[in-house]
Amino acid sequence: MKTSDPYQTIHQSKHPLIEFKGVTKVYGEGHAAVEALRGIDLRIDEGEFVAVMGPSGSGKSTWMNILGCLDTPTTGAYTFKGIEVGQLTRNQRALLRRHYQGFVFQGYNLLNRTSALENVELPLIYRRVPAGKRRAHALQALETVGLKGWESHTPGELSGGEQQRVAIARAIVTEPSVLLADEPTGNLDTARGREIMDLLIRLNRDQGITIIMVTHEPDMAAYAKRIVRFLDGLVVSDGQNGRTT
Amino acid sequence: MLWNTTLMSLREIRRNVMRSFLTILGIVIGVAAVITMVTIGGGATVQVTEQIASLGSNLLIVSPGKRLGPGQSSTAPPFKLNDAEAIARDVSSVAAVAPASSRFIMAIFGNQNWSTTVTGTDNQYFKVRNWSIKAGRQFSDSELRAGAAVCMVGETVRKKLFGGQEPLGGKIRLGKLSCEVIGLLEAKGQSTMGTDQDDLVVLPLRTFQRRVAGNQDIGIIQVSVKEGASTEKVQQEIGRLMRERRHLSPSEDDNFNVMDMKEITKMLTGSTRVLTALLGAVAAVSLLVGGIGIMNIMLVSVTERTREIGIRLAIGALEREVLMQFLVEAVVLSSFGGLIGIVLALTASVWLSGVLRVPFVFNTGIVVIGFLFSAAVGVIFGYFPALKAARLDPIEALRYE
Repeated sequence: MKTSDPYQTIHQSKHPLIEFKGVTKVYGEGHAAVEALRGIDLRIDEGEFVAVMGPSGSGKSTWMNILGCLDTPTTGAYTFKGIEVGQLTRNQRALLRRHYQGFVFQGYNLLNRTSALENVELPLIYRRVPAGKRRAHALQALETVGLKGWESHTPGELSGGEQQRVAIARAIVTEPSVLLADEPTGNLDTARGREIMDLLIRLNRDQGITIIMVTHEPDMAAYAKRIVRFLDGLVVSDGQNGRTT
Repeated sequence: MLWNTTLMSLREIRRNVMRSFLTILGIVIGVAAVITMVTIGGGATVQVTEQIASLGSNLLIVSPGKRLGPGQSSTAPPFKLNDAEAIARDVSSVAAVAPASSRFIMAIFGNQNWSTTVTGTDNQYFKVRNWSIKAGRQFSDSELRAGAAVCMVGETVRKKLFGGQEPLGGKIRLGKLSCEVIGLLEAKGQSTMGTDQDDLVVLPLRTFQRRVAGNQDIGIIQVSVKEGASTEKVQQEIGRLMRERRHLSPSEDDNFNVMDMKEITKMLTGSTRVLTALLGAVAAVSLLVGGIGIMNIMLVSVTERTREIGIRLAIGALEREVLMQFLVEAVVLSSFGGLIGIVLALTASVWLSGVLRVPFVFNTGIVVIGFLFSAAVGVIFGYFPALKAARLDPIEALRYE
């Protein structure tokens, strides 16, 4: 399969944003094989705010990696906007990430000794956005996360909460269809964590960005509209959250 | 994109100035060594060629004894004037024949004295040696026939004896002979063998034989071959003629020597070229070592920046974009090394050519080759680390501490 930009073909897609059908993931072979996912069926539509909970080893990280096109299912099908990700090459999956997905990690994962502005500009460089436009978009994104005036600070000069804001700005600067957040508040104290959650809610409500967040903190999961619980590689509960703000 | 990648690599290099410098040091030294060797070698070749050309083209030197050099035997009978006349008469394609005899004598003018080579010969000598007269005149036929007390001096002798004074018309004393200076020879500089060619006084042959040497011997006969004629053929003809005149039986070896200047040119420039190539090759090895240094540091860099690579892959960088990033970084590094090496080489070449008294001949070719080679080293030795970076699993890379 030739590496091609899927942007053209699925722009007008009428398919659900994310659909998992009987997805399993097995690591290793034979007796050493570990079944991380044992058949996941899940559908997430545009505009949702989903919190994924579960103890460690429940398979939520594996699921997140598949969701983020970093990994592929062993069996079953994961379709993103109608495209079966398991059929794509590594480069095609990279293009899918580049155009439709934003990532926020527990450890922020910003480039060291690189200014906030340049960190936010990074995904735009890969999208071949011209320098002037790139700067304007990045400044806009930093303003959205409340870091106007902090553009030239490097991660070392920022607090954890501020670093996570930069990371969120980097994730949303490309106007992705979905924002994937893996324990975004895991390294932060409660107050800082709540600020991040408020920001995510705002992005979901005002900009219509679909947000899927993995967390093990019930406090943080409470912010989401929908909560999915994982246990031993299976979805054990999935329902609307009454306490949405 | 390539521009952005280049900017990115420049920033990365600036962050680690010291390490980047140490990384490219091998390339710097390699490129500098190659270019310096080739430039100095080229200068030496040009110098040798020029000096031999100044000796006169198509020159044959006929000397008694078997070999040239310290082992030259004095047991072989010397030539006489009629040997030279025979060559001029019997050998075809000969442009000029100059018999010459020399002796090392002290020359005195006023209160100045200088030991120099006094050569007795005729006007053919200047023709054979491609030597022009700077001031005054050459010998007249009557002076040559009569053995008049006249002489011509080289530039070094003029400087040592006359200083700022006018040499023409001055009388210098050579042993018992007092002779008038009638001509000044053009300066020729050092010979290939390192001797000063301008350190001489020229007398008419007859004057030299009668009043300096006291015999009829001829030291060497210099022969210039006509333009376009085969030097080798003339060489063989002279050989045959001399064997005949010296009554050598077929079983005897030559007791004289006919030397071809073209052969000497070839030999000398050839050895210079071989030496240059050899030194250049040794220097090229250091370029290779420099390349390995780059690969080493790039591998370290890839490991150090595993997390960064993971981030880039996660936000949608393609394999080839990551590969490009590290490859460009290696090439930019090594090209910097090449540029610094070129500057260093040119500085060193100018300085060395001054010290070694070799002309500085700027060789554009080797400078361009040196630069391209350093860039190529970056591509070759940067490829493997870059590939390693591009093949990283983003999940693993993001987890890397």
